[in-house]
Amino acid sequence: MRVPISWLRQHVTLPSDVTARQVGDELIRLGLEVETVEPVADITGPLVVGRVQSIEELTEFKKPIRFCQVHVGDNEVRGIVCGARNFAEGDLIVAALPGSVLPGGFAIAARQTYGKTSDGMICSESELGLSTESDGILVLDPDSASVGENALSLLGLDDEVLDIAVTPDRGYALSIRGVAREAAIAFTTDFVDSVLESTNLPSPVSDTQPRSCTSEDPQLCDVFTLRTLTDVDPSAPTPAWMAARLRAAGMRPVSVIVDITNYVMLETGQPLHAFDADVVSGGLVARRAQAGETLETLDHVVRELDSEDLVIADDSGPLALAGTMGGVTSEISSTSTNVLLEAAHFDAITVAKMSRRHRLSSEASRRFERGVDSALAPYASERAAALLVELAGARNCGMIGVEHAHEPVAIRISSQLPSDVSGASIDEATVIDNLRLVGCDVETHGDADPQQLVVRPPTWRPDLTDPADLVEEVIRLVGYDSIPATLPTPPAGRGLTAAQVARRRALRVIAGLGFVETLSYPFVGDKDFEQTGITADDPRRQVVRVANPLSDEQPGLRTTLLPGLLATARRNVSRGNDNLAISEAGLVFLPELAAPGAPRPDLSTRPTEEELDALDRALPHQPLYLAAVMTGQRDRAGWWGKGRSASWDDALGAAKAVADDLGVTVEVAAATMAPFHPGRCAQLSVDGNVIGHAGELHPKVVAAWGLPERATAFELDVSALIERSTATARTAPQFSTFPVAKEDVALIVDSNVASADVAQALRDGGGDLIESVRLFDVYTGEQVPEGHRSLAFAIRMRAADHTLTVEEVSEVRQAALSAAESACGARLRD
Amino acid sequence: MSAPNSEYDPKEVSALDPQVIDAAVTAALAAFADAGDLDQLKEARLAHAADRSPLALANREIGALPPAAKAEAGQRVGRARAQVKDALQARTVELERLRDEQVLLTETVDVTMPTDRTPVGARHPLTTVAELLCDVFIAMGYEVAEGPEVETEWHNFDALNIPPDHPARTMQDTFFIDPPEASVLLRTHTSPVQIRTLLNRELPVYVVCPGRVFRTDELDATHTPVFHQIEGLAVDKGITMADLKGTLDHLAQAVFGEGLTTRLRPSYFPFTEPSAEIDLQCFACRGSSVGDSANPCRTCSSEGWIEWGGCGMVNPRVLQACGVDTDEYSGFAFGMGLERTLMFRHDIRDMRDMVEGDVRFTAAFGSGAA
Repeated sequence: MRVPISWLRQHVTLPSDVTARQVGDELIRLGLEVETVEPVADITGPLVVGRVQSIEELTEFKKPIRFCQVHVGDNEVRGIVCGARNFAEGDLIVAALPGSVLPGGFAIAARQTYGKTSDGMICSESELGLSTESDGILVLDPDSASVGENALSLLGLDDEVLDIAVTPDRGYALSIRGVAREAAIAFTTDFVDSVLESTNLPSPVSDTQPRSCTSEDPQLCDVFTLRTLTDVDPSAPTPAWMAARLRAAGMRPVSVIVDITNYVMLETGQPLHAFDADVVSGGLVARRAQAGETLETLDHVVRELDSEDLVIADDSGPLALAGTMGGVTSEISSTSTNVLLEAAHFDAITVAKMSRRHRLSSEASRRFERGVDSALAPYASERAAALLVELAGARNCGMIGVEHAHEPVAIRISSQLPSDVSGASIDEATVIDNLRLVGCDVETHGDADPQQLVVRPPTWRPDLTDPADLVEEVIRLVGYDSIPATLPTPPAGRGLTAAQVARRRALRVIAGLGFVETLSYPFVGDKDFEQTGITADDPRRQVVRVANPLSDEQPGLRTTLLPGLLATARRNVSRGNDNLAISEAGLVFLPELAAPGAPRPDLSTRPTEEELDALDRALPHQPLYLAAVMTGQRDRAGWWGKGRSASWDDALGAAKAVADDLGVTVEVAAATMAPFHPGRCAQLSVDGNVIGHAGELHPKVVAAWGLPERATAFELDVSALIERSTATARTAPQFSTFPVAKEDVALIVDSNVASADVAQALRDGGGDLIESVRLFDVYTGEQVPEGHRSLAFAIRMRAADHTLTVEEVSEVRQAALSAAESACGARLRD
Repeated sequence: MSAPNSEYDPKEVSALDPQVIDAAVTAALAAFADAGDLDQLKEARLAHAADRSPLALANREIGALPPAAKAEAGQRVGRARAQVKDALQARTVELERLRDEQVLLTETVDVTMPTDRTPVGARHPLTTVAELLCDVFIAMGYEVAEGPEVETEWHNFDALNIPPDHPARTMQDTFFIDPPEASVLLRTHTSPVQIRTLLNRELPVYVVCPGRVFRTDELDATHTPVFHQIEGLAVDKGITMADLKGTLDHLAQAVFGEGLTTRLRPSYFPFTEPSAEIDLQCFACRGSSVGDSANPCRTCSSEGWIEWGGCGMVNPRVLQACGVDTDEYSGFAFGMGLERTLMFRHDIRDMRDMVEGDVRFTAAFGSGAA
């Protein structure tokens, strides 16, 4: 809501020395979100009304030019060059004199042009910022201005505007009237509600057959008034003051009839609609639309109506979407002389639904959605009629209407409640005064302390329904800044849960390993999966779908972090960040097959356990995953020598480090899994449950994402890891201080044999005296038969209670070798 | 060498002449001093302290002396040899020290060379600032509560007193999960965690809920469809707005600096009543830029205050929907955007920097929040 300060001052007597900025600040304190306080136009004077005394036509130039003598007041006449031709001698125009600055920082000075000295500029509407384009200069109505007058005030350009973002609970603030009431509270001045004052409307003439007006459903339309006005002069000019206010409020002046309805809406908050009476057949009815009906609205969109829509219809069918937008057939035109003026009260939710259904938000619908004063319609109609009579020569033929009275809500509230809620001490008199200031009727009962008050909110505050609503009104008027600051005393907290600690640790470990954390959007589409090598039959293609995605390319929610992370990697690589190690931790969304819809349990009490269960069953499984991608060098090249490219084992090592830190032992096995290289993919599992994959990315995936060759990655189900991570304290190791015996063995095995199996066989065979077995070299080549490889292991042996003898070492070694041979066919390399 | 000769007069044996011995000592000391390194010292030792050195030879002569002369000559030679030996020892230590120093000197490196052999990781500032904020509350006795990102409409809207078709719903443009009739959505705020907390925990509750939320905004310099909030909820007997104010002041000081305060401005949220916007005193200018056009403040646009988040007293309707006895319990709730908090705290100019995952952005923050 844009509120010109001059208009506001007309409705509330504010101290004369108060600036617009101060008004804005006080309104903010009361809870109106004043976003900006700005001059209505970016113009500084001198801008004056001038009369063109004489015109000298200059014809020697490419286009005709006029050199005008302009009387600008105080017997001062200036010569001004002008290229426009839409004026004549004697016309009143607006002259920007040297020293003035027009919108866009356009400074006016006396200058030589077309062989003359131009001592100022004759302005067009667009040059003054009054319209976006204009045909010729602005010629003023001779009765509306006088020579030498300050054109800034005449055109309302010296005004300031408060731009207020009105929250959904304060529909009343979508009017000058409503904001004026708040301003009166802010500056402790009396507020006189203009709409409750009688307007000076001549008695209606009733020589015209009144139209009928009915509401089929009082739930949807409880007040419906219709006024007939005849003999309207549709070409009557909208007065400059009204046009200026409309513009300042953000509305474009259209024609006198439309402008008056808009003006009254801005002033009072009551949306009005004017129909061309001559095209309306019969009476008007507010009713539900019928399926199959259509309506072309004023924005020239033909709309299929829904049976939930509320329309204003005549005998021929729908004429308007009630409280939202009129239709073109009954639109006021430049020849409309007879007008039917509708002022009604529509159900907020019905209008909200209709507005959303048709994606049509209008000044009217915004007001009805937030709740219009239900008592306002007749007053607003009368105010508009008075203006039509005054400004457009209309004959007011009277108003008919239906009204279904409501009993106002009565809210019982203890006078102590505002103090209890705020923590500030607010006495009873203040509570009652403040409730009355916002328009409530407050009934007090007896001498009890604290008193039980019975509060009836005014018709313009449909948002006040609960004691808490009244409490807010009292506290905001007292001022939120009068609330003291105290701290509550929570019971002893338990700190982070084990799972939360584990998650923090996983993220720290991965950062400690040199990964930079990134966050990507969880949206995925077919293209992301295809580029990642995840084929249509992969279970990860079963996604939870967004009904209204930002992009049709990515309608799903991720089931894997890798596509998002690969996109982030690509963005980094394209920006020259080649040596990359990035990670992301985030939820993935795994659809539950045949997930039912979520119920909407009643809100009056806690849902049943069955309902809570059903709510949770409607949701996908949402575990936390951690993934990483590496490209380029893992160890950088430098003065120390060559760099080292990131390899599949860096990815696997990082994944294992996370599991290790959480105290979970993972088993590693070869696997085939997109997006990994089929021969370089490790599957990580815990107790037989797969919890992730790591390795080199498939060359096609690397190419599809435009990454450097041999990029590597891993992805882990951290939720599953955390579930298996033990929260109990680990047991300290017992270790021997006797000397270690070291044996290196090189074993030849079939290439298909996993080194880990050989190591395990050595360990198993060697028994308790084996301290560790570590693979330290792998060889394939001439000295090893085709299809085989040589694995070199360093074996460390140690006894808990004595120094191993040569014989013992030899025995252990032999036992280990035998086990490796029988389990893996390993034989000692010569 | 001569045979023992009892008649022999030591004074006649020139090698044992005190002057000769003194000269030998002097020569030895000079040679040691002249030795510039251990090799030269070795040569000097061979010449002056080895088996064939003058003093060694003189020593041998002692045996041939008559007994009466032996003691005197022996003492003289012994002293001389000890003196030479000490000098050699001292010089050896000295030269070894010099050699060692020289070796270390030649091993000198340029310590200004880069040390970035292994990559350095970093955590996203949104992660670390969430931890920072959580830790402030954990220190006060709060616990961290969490909820799903794909949420039911009931938790996200209905239970929070945001009825269907209420204009408040359009304040939060929602991603719905297909089919929309299933009433499942991407949560538009962290507030549904309030509902889960009230349903699942014993009263009183003091929780803080960080998390990711979604709204159908296009990404630009100040908007992102996926962003983060942190939410606080306290429900206990006798909780007041004053408690809310004090808690927010404490948070502001913990995150932005000592002495800062917050300001509450009346506002509207369906799930709180009364509701307020939280303004944070500008931590950059602390209000000094207000009305001082010569020293404008970019952080607060010279307003003195920065919009930080929303808060209020939990609407009794919300408590009722969770089965909380509103006669006995009341509560406050507050929430703020983490992106916004970060943008202030670290002077981040463009929302996209936090979203795009450019490692240069995140790496600058290292692995902790500061």
